[in-house]
Amino acid sequence: MSVYNDASVSVDSDVAEQIPAAEQDKPSVEERYYYASQRQLIWWRFTRHKAAVVSSVLLIILYLCALFADFVSPYAMHTRFEGQQGAPPTVIRFIRPDGGFQPHVFAMQREMNPATFRWTFTEDTSQVHPIRFFVRGEEYKFLGLFRTSIRLFGVEDAPIFLFGTDRLSRDLFTRTLAGARISLSIGLVGVLLSFVLGVGLGGVSGYFGGLIDDAIQRLIDFLLAIPGLPLWMTLAAALPRDWPTLRMYFAITVILSVLGWCGLARVVRGKILQLREEDYTLAAQGAGASDWRIITRHLLPGFTSHLIVSITFSIPAMILSETALSFIGLGMQPPAVSWGTLLQDAQNLTAVAHEPWLLIPAIFVITTVILFNFVGDGLRDAADPYAR
Amino acid sequence: MLLYLIRRILMLVPILILMSMVAFFLIQLPPGDFVTFRIEQLRMSGIEVSDNEAQRLMVQFGLDKPPMARYVWWVSGIVLRGNWGWSLQWNKSVNEILQERIPMTVVISLLALLFSWVVAIPIGIYSATHQYSPMDYVATFLGFIGVATPGFLLALIAAWLLFSQLGFSALGLHSPEYINAPWSTAKFVDLLKHLWLPLFLVGMGNTASTIRVVRNNLLDELNKQYVITARSKGLSEWKLVWKYPVRMAINPLLSTVSWVLPGLVSGTVLIDIVLSLQTIGPVLLRATLAQDMYLAGSVVLLLSALTVIGALIGDVLLVLVDPRIRFGRLGK
Repeated sequence: MSVYNDASVSVDSDVAEQIPAAEQDKPSVEERYYYASQRQLIWWRFTRHKAAVVSSVLLIILYLCALFADFVSPYAMHTRFEGQQGAPPTVIRFIRPDGGFQPHVFAMQREMNPATFRWTFTEDTSQVHPIRFFVRGEEYKFLGLFRTSIRLFGVEDAPIFLFGTDRLSRDLFTRTLAGARISLSIGLVGVLLSFVLGVGLGGVSGYFGGLIDDAIQRLIDFLLAIPGLPLWMTLAAALPRDWPTLRMYFAITVILSVLGWCGLARVVRGKILQLREEDYTLAAQGAGASDWRIITRHLLPGFTSHLIVSITFSIPAMILSETALSFIGLGMQPPAVSWGTLLQDAQNLTAVAHEPWLLIPAIFVITTVILFNFVGDGLRDAADPYAR
Repeated sequence: MLLYLIRRILMLVPILILMSMVAFFLIQLPPGDFVTFRIEQLRMSGIEVSDNEAQRLMVQFGLDKPPMARYVWWVSGIVLRGNWGWSLQWNKSVNEILQERIPMTVVISLLALLFSWVVAIPIGIYSATHQYSPMDYVATFLGFIGVATPGFLLALIAAWLLFSQLGFSALGLHSPEYINAPWSTAKFVDLLKHLWLPLFLVGMGNTASTIRVVRNNLLDELNKQYVITARSKGLSEWKLVWKYPVRMAINPLLSTVSWVLPGLVSGTVLIDIVLSLQTIGPVLLRATLAQDMYLAGSVVLLLSALTVIGALIGDVLLVLVDPRIRFGRLGK
């Protein structure tokens, strides 16, 4: 298994490949490989997976945008703009009519099309409205700490809607970022809950075996036999619609975790069953170590990397489930904003046909899920640095 | 074999009983009940409902009895009289609604499975026999995206693209003019036009993972010695690949039926809601929203039953096809 067992093993090109080119220039690549800690080996392997590295950077940016949503977005999420219902995304122009370079937008004018009775928007090109950075806008509480009104960008005297507006004439860009807060964080919180349940029950099941193991395994079998979505739907339907956002948020998280922990528990149990039989575990038991010490010091480190991989794959699943529930009206309830509730507007095909930008939150969901999958893929390859 | 089957079917009984309990419990969870919901609705639309009338409704639908009694009444109705109860929302017997919807649900799930195999197996074989070719990379990449992309969101986008680009409404299974028309060739063609999109979307995830499974299995097989021997004896490449390695590579797919089929049944629910198909998904959504408990409970129970039966079918298929698998006791 381990390279250490075989003293005569030669470092072939494959081993050298795992170390980034920049570090290969230094001498003794061979030594560096053998002295590297497990963490370093995992890191080197992970950085070789280009798609995973790019994806994790993008995900970090996305999460930062969600965290600082108030600052990044130009408006407050419930602000309505009189006469701007269903406005298309504002076009950003860079060259002024008089030739100079300056990012700017034009104000939009709304007219009723007499033939179709639909509002059409035309640009009023008479006046240039430059885009300014770090402008004063509506006041908000920065991370809940202090009041400020400085926002990343904004336009004076004309609105700027990067993603257009919704039916109630609110800025969709602002709302997408606000929705990202709930949608992105519910994945993390939900996985945390599943993690506690899964590792706890899976660990007990695998380590102690016997009757407890049987009981927990049958419970998992049964839970997995119930189709997920119908179960979530009926559970979510039981929640009172008028609950405050925060309570609803945690209730949804709990509902999603009801099934979420099963997969993790399986992984943990399988790994523990395998590691329990390893010589070093027997040695620790022989030396009189307590169960707790054996689990935390000897078993857990042996499969942490695998745990991280399965967690990375369950986060997007959680995000998707929340989106699905909110989308069909059983999850988060307006005025709370999540990607799922935003997509409720897109359920009506004719509305989407006229205002396709309502689908933008869907693109965010899909992108997030794919990014997480790339990262998970990279982590899976890196999880076992000694494996070929 | 027969013994194995009988034992597996007997094992279903306790699971189904447990599931019926869970289903009923879930339906009991929401505060309030259908009659109160209904009365509220009537009051909001301006119709006064007297307390007497409300009481009569409660008694009529058995809502005055304790939950345990209602559960026993419901389950004994299903088992003894084949009566799934009464849908308060549709004002129809649940049997009638299920008869309309369940066949289409099963057909879509099965066709989606077939569809995904028909698409995935040739691509998987091509990818494996042309490893590292540009097409292989394309297939691998598409497979990866297919696994990760959520079907119901893609359904939204696809429905919009078809509608805005081609003026084709992908909603429903029939164009409006055919909904009440008797079956004819034209109606069938119309059905096919609407069916491919849900099949593609429902089967997409499975298609992608099937491509991976077939490709990996076939690559393993192709490196085995019997293949090299056959090649050195001058067997044509076509025959060589199809005779044994492909068969070996496809075999494991059957073992996935036991969990893919349930996944498809569950997966159709959302896509059907988005595309408003005449299947069980939209019915379940409306029933849960309106607390139509017998209908919702029946649908949850039926979907669970389909899940368990799907698993059984998968296991039986595997035993039938692969003689190496021994059914019976697991040696501990």
